[in-house]
Amino acid sequence: MRYTDEYRNPDAARGLVATIRGRVARPIRIMEFCGGHTRAIMRYGIRQALSPHLHMLSGPGCPVCVTPDGEIDYAIALAHLPGVTVATFGDMIRVPGSRSSLQEARAAGADVQIVYSALDALERARREPGRSIVMLGIGFETTAPGVAASLVEARELGIGNYFVYSMHKLTPPAMRAILDAGEVRLDAILGPGHVTTIIGANAWSFLAQDYRIPCAVSGFEPLDILRALSMLADAVWNGNPQVANAYPRSVTSQGNTKAQLLMKDVFETCAVAWRGLGEIPSSGLKLRQEYAAHDARLAFDPPSAATAATLTPAERGCRCGEVLRGVAEPPECPLFGGVCTPARPIGACMVSAEGSCAAHYRYGGSLD
Amino acid sequence: MTEESVLLAHGGGGILGHDLIERVFLKHLGNPVLNALEDAALIELTDERGQMVGQPALTTDSYVVQPIFFPGGDIGKLAVCGTVNDLAMRGAQPVCMSVGFILTEGLPLSDLERVVASMAATAQFAGVRILAGDTKVLERSSGDGLFINTTGIGLVPPGVQISASAARPGDVVMVSGAVGDHGLAIMTQREGLRFDSPLRSDCAPLNLLVRVMIEACPGIHVLRDPTRGGLATTLNELAARSGVGFEIVEASVPVHEPVRAASELLGLDPLYVANEGKLVAIVEEDDADALLRAMRSHPFGREAAIIGRVVAEHPGRVVLRTLLGTRRVLDMLAGEQLPRIC
Repeated sequence: MRYTDEYRNPDAARGLVATIRGRVARPIRIMEFCGGHTRAIMRYGIRQALSPHLHMLSGPGCPVCVTPDGEIDYAIALAHLPGVTVATFGDMIRVPGSRSSLQEARAAGADVQIVYSALDALERARREPGRSIVMLGIGFETTAPGVAASLVEARELGIGNYFVYSMHKLTPPAMRAILDAGEVRLDAILGPGHVTTIIGANAWSFLAQDYRIPCAVSGFEPLDILRALSMLADAVWNGNPQVANAYPRSVTSQGNTKAQLLMKDVFETCAVAWRGLGEIPSSGLKLRQEYAAHDARLAFDPPSAATAATLTPAERGCRCGEVLRGVAEPPECPLFGGVCTPARPIGACMVSAEGSCAAHYRYGGSLD
Repeated sequence: MTEESVLLAHGGGGILGHDLIERVFLKHLGNPVLNALEDAALIELTDERGQMVGQPALTTDSYVVQPIFFPGGDIGKLAVCGTVNDLAMRGAQPVCMSVGFILTEGLPLSDLERVVASMAATAQFAGVRILAGDTKVLERSSGDGLFINTTGIGLVPPGVQISASAARPGDVVMVSGAVGDHGLAIMTQREGLRFDSPLRSDCAPLNLLVRVMIEACPGIHVLRDPTRGGLATTLNELAARSGVGFEIVEASVPVHEPVRAASELLGLDPLYVANEGKLVAIVEEDDADALLRAMRSHPFGREAAIIGRVVAEHPGRVVLRTLLGTRRVLDMLAGEQLPRIC
């Protein structure tokens, strides 16, 4: 099946652009929560095609971007402990903490391994009983169930040298925090497709009920996004806030209940700090008491890895925090594209392909 | 009985070393020049009458791909194709090449033999002779597996002047087929990411395609194989080297469906993913149709397509016309492409 072509038809795309432009009476502001959407919107030129009728703002939906320095510093310190292997998903290794990154730690001799699934890290623990394997649990509701599954298996099989350092975060509390802060005026929200596949579209009903803001959950192909934006333009036009599912081939109203139960069994919510947003109550996941034996936070107490003499990204003028709240656009940051580029990132948002600075840098280039 | 492995002593120059040369290297790669085991091979670049039949071209490259076996190829096939292709991108047909192996102790001899046999088959297919070789063995702590360095010598036919700096405004830009196959085939074989997919490396010796192209169109301006960094990076290099701009139409760049689907899953852009059997060709507009027909007549160019034009505006920059008709700058790959988290 030519699966992606079905969602990339140029004529259908141009038709939707015309419909949206015709539907918008005054410029409306829509936040795409998810970094995957930011990247797709920039890559396919959707932002440009809809300007100035529709202004897209990037939200905090990039897992490595919202991970605060302190957590990255802790992960780096873990990697420097003798006998410890840190296992992590790909783009995390390049994220700068306050003074260094996991990539630099690896070059300095620390054992840092890239894995594509927590179960691979568990397998490594089984193969290397003499080492402690610490999986960095990073990501939203999309990755947390996989990490939860690895913990269930570790406990059942008694793999005592497998640990998880949970930095998992939940998306609805972050969306609420942005709206409560009131720094940005939003007319509508483009809901994250992968996250909502797990948590279900109903998880966003608070947007319509409490804030009277329409939300459309979208996939990641150009036509998916344009259809969702067209639904949002209609909802704003009609003054009819509700949650629309524009990604029905993946998302249901209830979501993946099996994955939800797995997360509940292994994790409990806690207050955590987000880069840019500060501490948000009940927005993080920590290991339940039953899994304490696998909790890296309890098992290790690494010395702080801070090395003086270099400035932190914030001290150098990095505006990632404001970018993540939708308050600043990446090109407004004084470091953007000059000293901070994807090849030598200073701020977290320039690292991941989903980060809005990286997306703007790669796809937002002006011809002037 | 345990499987035979490479030992440090295989690189020591003694009996084991000679044994390895006889049993593995000469068995598969042997020819009169190599069999003589001289310190240096003497090569002929002239025809029967002693006339030079073109300008000699020289290239070198090293191969460190992991895993060493992947769908559609292996490090041995890759090493031969990579060298042959670098020569072909100047319009040269390969004459001969050298091969240096760096092995780590513990490598199964059967793996080494499989790689060497694959090199021999690829070299024969491409029409290049392997005339010099070397082997070193490192301790296991120095890394994992098998690395290859190659040097190739080729001959550029008289009158052919292909160069990365020869693109001119008005020229037509084409690719010889779909992009992204090799990089994604490799990535999906790495630990923990085995998905059921028909992805295969496109690894192929392009001198065979280039011969057909030059016959049809001796005046080709530019050839380049978009390996690391993918098509986007190669186009940027060419725009910079030639001091011109490119206008590329995204929808006309061929991408195989499984590559597209896997790229979406991993958060990668196929335009930045490596190829090992594709080339970018730039020619004058009047020659474009003839060249495209010639490319499509060859198995390695069956899916060739015109993807854009060379322009005088925005020198050094590549502009992509998106699906929606908007234009954006297509930049070089910055950093490495890593699979996303969610």
